[in-house]
Amino acid sequence: MVMTHRPLLAILLPLCAAGLILCTGRRPNLRDTWTFLAAGGQCALVLSLVPAVVAGQVVDTAYVELLPGLALQLRADPFGLLFALLASGLWCLTSLYAVGYMRAGQYPRQTGYFACVAVALSATLGVAFAANLLTFFVFYELLTLATYPLVVHRRDAEALAAGRKYLAYTLGAGQCLLLALVWLQHLVPGATFQPGGVLAGKAAPGVLVALCLLGFLGVGVKAALMPLHGWLPAAMVAPTPVSALLHAVAVVKAGTFGCIRLLHYVFGLDVLQALGADMVLASVAGATILLASVRALGESHLKRRLAYSTVSHLAYIVLGAVLGSPAALAGAMFHMVAHGCMKITLFFCAGAIDIQIHRLDIATFAGLGRQMPITFGALTLGALGLAGTPLCVGFISKWQLGLGALQAGHAVFLGILVLSGLLNLAYFLPILLTAFFGPGGSGAPSREARALMWMPLALTAVLSVVLGIAPNAGPGLYHLAWQAVGQIMPGTAPMLLGGAP
Amino acid sequence: MTAHVPALLVVLPLLAAVLVPLLALRSVPLAQLIAMLSVGGVILGAGLALRRVLIHGTWHYALGGWAPPWGIEYVIDPLAAGMALLISSMALPALLYAGPVVAAWSAGQVGAFYSLFLLLVTGLLGMVVTGDVFNLYVFLEISSLAAYALLATGGIRAVVATFRYLLIGTIAATFYLLGVGYLYAITGTLNMADLTAQLATLHTSSAFVVAVAFLAIGLAIKAALFPLHAWLPDVYTYAPAPVSGFIAAVMAKVSVYALLRLLVFVLRAEGAAGQALLLLHWAAVVAVLAGALLALAQQDLRRMLAYSSVGQMATIVLGITLGTPAALLGALLHMLNHAVMKGCLFLALGGVQWRTGQVQLADFVGMGQRMPLTMAAFGVAAASMIGLPPTAGFFSKWYLLTGALEAQDWLAVLVLVGSSVLSLIYFFRVLEVAYFRQPGVQALQRELPWRMLTPMVVLATLVVLLGVWNQVIVTQVLQYALPHGVAWPRT
Amino acid sequence: MGMLSLGALHYWLVACLLLIGLHSMLAQRNLLKKLMAMNIMQVAVIVFFIALAAKTGGTVPIDTPSIKQVDAYINPLPHALMLTAIVVGVSTTGVALALLIRLYRRYGTLEEPEVLAQLMESA
Repeated sequence: MVMTHRPLLAILLPLCAAGLILCTGRRPNLRDTWTFLAAGGQCALVLSLVPAVVAGQVVDTAYVELLPGLALQLRADPFGLLFALLASGLWCLTSLYAVGYMRAGQYPRQTGYFACVAVALSATLGVAFAANLLTFFVFYELLTLATYPLVVHRRDAEALAAGRKYLAYTLGAGQCLLLALVWLQHLVPGATFQPGGVLAGKAAPGVLVALCLLGFLGVGVKAALMPLHGWLPAAMVAPTPVSALLHAVAVVKAGTFGCIRLLHYVFGLDVLQALGADMVLASVAGATILLASVRALGESHLKRRLAYSTVSHLAYIVLGAVLGSPAALAGAMFHMVAHGCMKITLFFCAGAIDIQIHRLDIATFAGLGRQMPITFGALTLGALGLAGTPLCVGFISKWQLGLGALQAGHAVFLGILVLSGLLNLAYFLPILLTAFFGPGGSGAPSREARALMWMPLALTAVLSVVLGIAPNAGPGLYHLAWQAVGQIMPGTAPMLLGGAP
Repeated sequence: MTAHVPALLVVLPLLAAVLVPLLALRSVPLAQLIAMLSVGGVILGAGLALRRVLIHGTWHYALGGWAPPWGIEYVIDPLAAGMALLISSMALPALLYAGPVVAAWSAGQVGAFYSLFLLLVTGLLGMVVTGDVFNLYVFLEISSLAAYALLATGGIRAVVATFRYLLIGTIAATFYLLGVGYLYAITGTLNMADLTAQLATLHTSSAFVVAVAFLAIGLAIKAALFPLHAWLPDVYTYAPAPVSGFIAAVMAKVSVYALLRLLVFVLRAEGAAGQALLLLHWAAVVAVLAGALLALAQQDLRRMLAYSSVGQMATIVLGITLGTPAALLGALLHMLNHAVMKGCLFLALGGVQWRTGQVQLADFVGMGQRMPLTMAAFGVAAASMIGLPPTAGFFSKWYLLTGALEAQDWLAVLVLVGSSVLSLIYFFRVLEVAYFRQPGVQALQRELPWRMLTPMVVLATLVVLLGVWNQVIVTQVLQYALPHGVAWPRT
Repeated sequence: MGMLSLGALHYWLVACLLLIGLHSMLAQRNLLKKLMAMNIMQVAVIVFFIALAAKTGGTVPIDTPSIKQVDAYINPLPHALMLTAIVVGVSTTGVALALLIRLYRRYGTLEEPEVLAQLMESA
């Protein structure tokens, strides 16, 4: 298969699957096969691009010219490939989990659900492989549209209200991003994403500030930067596989991906530093980290607690990206992967618990840990990883972020990261303590989740540990992150923990 | 034959308009076929004319062989040919769609309906191809009269609305005629090209100022520019579906075209014409938001679409008055895109009303399951109105925004983005209710007959195709339709 | 010619007729009277054009063998244009009257407030 068209194929494959899913709605097993085939196929396509990209080969194709000088253009560069691997890999596991969850809970409208998920993953890869801001925007909006029916899946008043909030935030932000996009095209016609930015010296500082504001309002909503995060906790009304998808794979990571694309591939760090925007963003991110963690402490509903935890961790990524040192950027990019794996584990666990006891209030987990050992074991691993415990993947990204903060000369952010780690423990430990050491449940029969559900969550938990010990396992995700950093800040060499590569 | 295409563009539907009522008394299907064939012929002719003018330049055709400026001249440049193609292309789906709607009528009534429709098409086509300002008045009145009669077929409320439209429309046409009279008084000619030449030294005369004032106001009323839009909502709300589908798509646009033709191409935006453009700019800025806000307040979906049209017409006028190349391209592209989108929306909505009698937002619960194809067409057109890529609406919005940025008109930028956000709300409401609210009782799925579905589906597909291939249209056609050498006044 | 001279009288007439027509169209409550006001407004414009055609000492523009100079005839073009305009006016009145007949048959009145009130009730 021709190398140049693999990104397009990876995007089209789930779209075809969506069509097939809609046609075979009456035969559940056949219908779900399409999802597995599409997920597997997409993952295979993305994996096949890794050797070429690592070797430095350029995979860049323009398709239809949509506007003068701007075409629908797809490119597989290290950073895009990193996101694509995260999305497609985790989709494989989520599809297994979702089939199990939907069947166990006997959810209606499964056909529509799986079709929308396929379209959403197609859009996510479109975001990952977009070579210019226009293509990015097209797929970014498609992602919003595809995930809306998922958020309102239950179709009751609460779900519809959450859906309206979701659209209000995301489509409103889309208008800001559109304006930024039009303006960018006006200033730099035909611009594609370039490591180091394209706006240096192209416009007056006032214009650049306005452009910055618009752009980050645009991507900041999906990246859940405070105060634009309001849609995320509300969106927890969606079925849990949707929350796993939104929180680990598609929407929020697309937001942070967009932030990093804007920061380093459109504006460029020097432009932002000249404007002082980097410190503004860093402060917003830092504040978000702490405020969201504190907010998480106050939530007794597990999914909402996880939502605020996500808001906090997404801000880690933005913070790392904006600090300006290689280690911070690498840590930020790798944290996309790390947080993805760990958070999806936690959401899988939440879903398993929901199916078993139909409640997600933390107080009701008393003793459940002994009855659902695999589920809560995975939850423990995920939680510890998010707090930054060594041997879990979260430790690696956090260490790089901390190192980067010191390298950039802003030790205060290191303090924020440490404090956040403690807060993470503060809001995860009670769950674990209640589950394992709480009263009740001893000697009761096992209420472990069914196989289609505990296997994916066990796998992601194990993955978190494996990547924590050997971050370059498999497709070499850590190396890809450093390769991207190397493109943006030439002359940097990959570091493992602080010393030798 | 091809040498007379400009005249045939007008004569063909006119002849058919005379034949059809007679034929209908014999056989209604035959009459409908003849009507559609004549419009098809016009589409062919317009396409031929467009191709010819893109290659060879403007086509001057002297009607009856009498040379201008004494004789009436038809002037086809790329803009006129494009408009002619647009008008006839929107007429054909509407004619096909009308079949089931008029099926219950008597043969005489059907014949009259089609005849009036063809007269309306004749009038609009004449307005775009003519090179004589008085001839434009004649065709303006032909199209208006046919429109009045057509619009009144929608029931007694339509009659009330149409009578008001008749009065206001006649005021507008009379003002236009008065403007023409002043221009004639100072130049002695009615030919557009000759007017441009004669007026070169007369821009400061007071008669010129008065002429421009009357012309601008008259055409602005016809184009439903806020605050002269009051006639539009009632008229679009109560009109029968095929009629509103065509008129909403095309009629106000032809008036905007006439404004463009007169103020920019003929009067070269000099003196009072430039001032008029400035005033229209401010009116448009207000109108874009006003239309969107008023649409938001409506529960009757037809009225919502009507106010949305007011806002969109204002968007086109805003693009024209901004004057930068990108803004003009955006305005012209939006004329095309909006015609297709609005036509599709009105046809879909009319279809739902025809089948179920519902037009209130609250009654649309579960319509997505009851009439899937119809609502799908509505959905695609709505997505385009909101401006989601890769539908057509996104690209015309892009050009307009770029034009506003080029002109550094921040108010225009704000207003365009604001109206986008508002249209997002009021269109999305309909989709949410139709697709995502659960109806209490599961109603049967009953779709429309093929003759009503096909035009809708074709238009919806066109919305996406026009979006993806917009560059072809812009670079091959619209670029050549832009006026040259005219200096726009700056705010 | 100054604004107040006798030669400008017809322009004042035109202005008066136009304003009478416009005002009545907006202020009158009876729909038929509005229609008649519309006709008055159209007449104003017709008179305006005809006035443009006049020449001192000119005769009617009918080709007479005894009159050789073109300048001796008044300008026929506005007259021709106004024939068209009259036809347009008549057609418009015809359509409007047809609408009014339907309204009258349905509501029994042509007073606008009463028609609107009946419309509101049936809504």
